[in-house]
Amino acid sequence: MSEHVLPARPVVYNDAVVKKFVIACLVWAIVAFLAGVYIASELAWPQLNIAPYLNFGRLRPVHTSAAIFAFGGSALIGTSFYVVQRTCRARLWGGEALANFVFWGYQIFIVLAASSYLLGFSKSREYAEPEWHLDLLLVLVWVCYLLIYLGTLMRRAEPHIYVANWFYLGFIITIAMLVIVNNLGIPISPYSAKSYSWFSGVQDAMVQWWYGHNAVGFFLTVPFLGMMYYFIPKAANRPIYSYRLSIVHFWALIFIYIWAGPHHLLWTALPDWTQTLGMAFSIMLWMPSWGGMINGLMTLSGAWDKLRTDPGLRFSVTAVGFYGMSTFEGPAMSIRSVNALVHYSDWVIGHVHSGTLGWVAFITFGALYYLVPNLWGRKGLYSVRLAAWHYWIGTLGIVFYIASMWVAGLMEGLMWRAYDRFGFLKYSFVQVVVAEHPFMVLRMIGGVLFTIGAILMIYNLWMTVRSPATEAPRAELLPAGLPAGAVVAGE
Amino acid sequence: MPGKIEKDSVTGTETTGHEWDGIRELNTPLPKWWVYVWIASIVWGIGYMLVYPSVPYGPGYFHGLLGYSSRSHVAHEVAEVDAKRDIYMKKIAAQPFSAIEKNPQLMQVAETAGAITFAENCQPCHGQGGEGRLGYPALAAGAWIWGGTLPAIRQTITYGIRSGDPQARDSQMPPFGKSGMLNAGQIQQVASFVWSKFYGHPTKGEDIAPGAKIFAANCAVCHGPQGQGNPAFGAPRLASHVHLYGDFRASIVRQVTDPRMGVMPNWNKRLDPATIKAVAIYVHDLGGGQ
Repeated sequence: MSEHVLPARPVVYNDAVVKKFVIACLVWAIVAFLAGVYIASELAWPQLNIAPYLNFGRLRPVHTSAAIFAFGGSALIGTSFYVVQRTCRARLWGGEALANFVFWGYQIFIVLAASSYLLGFSKSREYAEPEWHLDLLLVLVWVCYLLIYLGTLMRRAEPHIYVANWFYLGFIITIAMLVIVNNLGIPISPYSAKSYSWFSGVQDAMVQWWYGHNAVGFFLTVPFLGMMYYFIPKAANRPIYSYRLSIVHFWALIFIYIWAGPHHLLWTALPDWTQTLGMAFSIMLWMPSWGGMINGLMTLSGAWDKLRTDPGLRFSVTAVGFYGMSTFEGPAMSIRSVNALVHYSDWVIGHVHSGTLGWVAFITFGALYYLVPNLWGRKGLYSVRLAAWHYWIGTLGIVFYIASMWVAGLMEGLMWRAYDRFGFLKYSFVQVVVAEHPFMVLRMIGGVLFTIGAILMIYNLWMTVRSPATEAPRAELLPAGLPAGAVVAGE
Repeated sequence: MPGKIEKDSVTGTETTGHEWDGIRELNTPLPKWWVYVWIASIVWGIGYMLVYPSVPYGPGYFHGLLGYSSRSHVAHEVAEVDAKRDIYMKKIAAQPFSAIEKNPQLMQVAETAGAITFAENCQPCHGQGGEGRLGYPALAAGAWIWGGTLPAIRQTITYGIRSGDPQARDSQMPPFGKSGMLNAGQIQQVASFVWSKFYGHPTKGEDIAPGAKIFAANCAVCHGPQGQGNPAFGAPRLASHVHLYGDFRASIVRQVTDPRMGVMPNWNKRLDPATIKAVAIYVHDLGGGQ
């Protein structure tokens, strides 16, 4: 087969389910950000802990689950359905019903999980709080998602599988494995929501952080790279910088990420040899992570001027910058001596949020600004100016957030370990808590700014959808049968 | 099956010939600096695994060329700090309070050690400056329940109050109301007497004589005829402005009817004798020491 022949049959994509996920993503964004602002305020003003439903312990998993699984998850499943259909030139496998089952099953899982936290049900495993019956629902939905994805890839009309799909598929398969192993447990009775973990002691901690670290790796990194690999070249209208780099950094990332979990348990009861391995793999992970950043940024060669006019692309590129920063910061924090200073401090929170606000949310915003006009067949955004305002307010919010947490984290780490000349601790724990107060307030302000930006985006996207439809769909919306290169600018 | 391989006009690099939904790829080789830094980080990782405990095998694991263990690392750091403290703390442990009080340097160490130990262990109940709060005695006011001399304070900290330790401070106030020793009317009368005479609140023409009689017959044996209290039984001083359960008439009634009796842990399980001495000195100097 030396020449690939494009099929003549037109393909009609299932965009209805993508639209649903986009709407869900926007709704959950607001829930996640508002919950975040509230718990950040609780840390600044503890009186806001209104027992029992608004206690920090119950609201915190609502924030993390809403941000990671509801906002991030809806963005990922939605964009993966959009991308896989277009890069395979095939309609989603499994029909309307299966895709809708994945949508509604996933949303019901999220609503049940969030309400169960507020009512006091929790497995007490970080980022895996839902009890066992909800885990079963999630696994069922996830397997259907995997089937749709695999089925679509198998019926593709393209000879190769595009790199974005490798990343999305890596995410779907690995998350299935992580969720199943980490959540192994025994319910105290078939009629009770309570269950106990299969693992105990330090093994339990290790399994939890094997999961927790790879939730960051395979939920918040790998599939968002898939998102980057589609939406940046589309918005910039430029070819991917290096095919070879995409292959090498993909496999390196997949292979190395999975071993780095023990760096969350440095200086604990975890055996020293396990700590060393986790740390060594974290350092080796640095360049594979940066491979994605290089491919994302260098794809813009020849299109940097677009950053001036396209705020969506500006979001995506800034996201790649934050990605590069966090994936350097992570390995640095996993060095034993650095970790001795920053472990348990607010630096960790700052690190996570430079990843989640800067990378995950910004790359999603970039994709949404591209996706919504295309999905709904509008000629462009309602207001480019408003999107630019969102960009600057959001970026300012992130800077407030991470800068205050860096300073707070360093301060905590140094105060906790300060001794006087007689060999006694210089500061009590409470004194450190008191000293953190201004940074807690600054962080909350950062969260408020970020949320205001997101509200501007939702208004902007809403007005975009309400604007009149273009008569002809945009060129790249044409479902199939385009000659190669027809939509590349300058040709 | 490569499609059309073209030269990208911006970079001059060839494409791979693949195309998906208009997206093409350049055939750029791996950036050299990226490859070198990655190799360096792998070499570093392997070197790190050689030096430190790393690869598991059979029954154990490779202990590393340095023989490092985080347990001995921590033990070493703790020993270093202990050695620094011991210079003075051994003297504090060995000398009686009277000798320590005459030595300004030892007093400075005791105040420093006592302050941080107090902040980490005592402050949650007794407050930052030992001001106490409802149900938790004030330490800075001189209103000592079990005595405010240095040895008395050390005794209280070491063994606790109703802590279960055999040498703990222990006493029981009888539940006068609950056991029927006093009826509700008598309790109101004695409360009025205490409220007016010792707490210093006017009773608006109420006759406190019956209450005084009840007090003399039932309460004075522990709390003293003038309400001065008795540290030997841990009977609080009533003639004071500082009251454990607050300056409320209702709390007098409550206490006579069915008394609350607080518990303080015995700190000998957590703090060594020298540190307890230092805390005693710190607490003594908060403002209320005798």
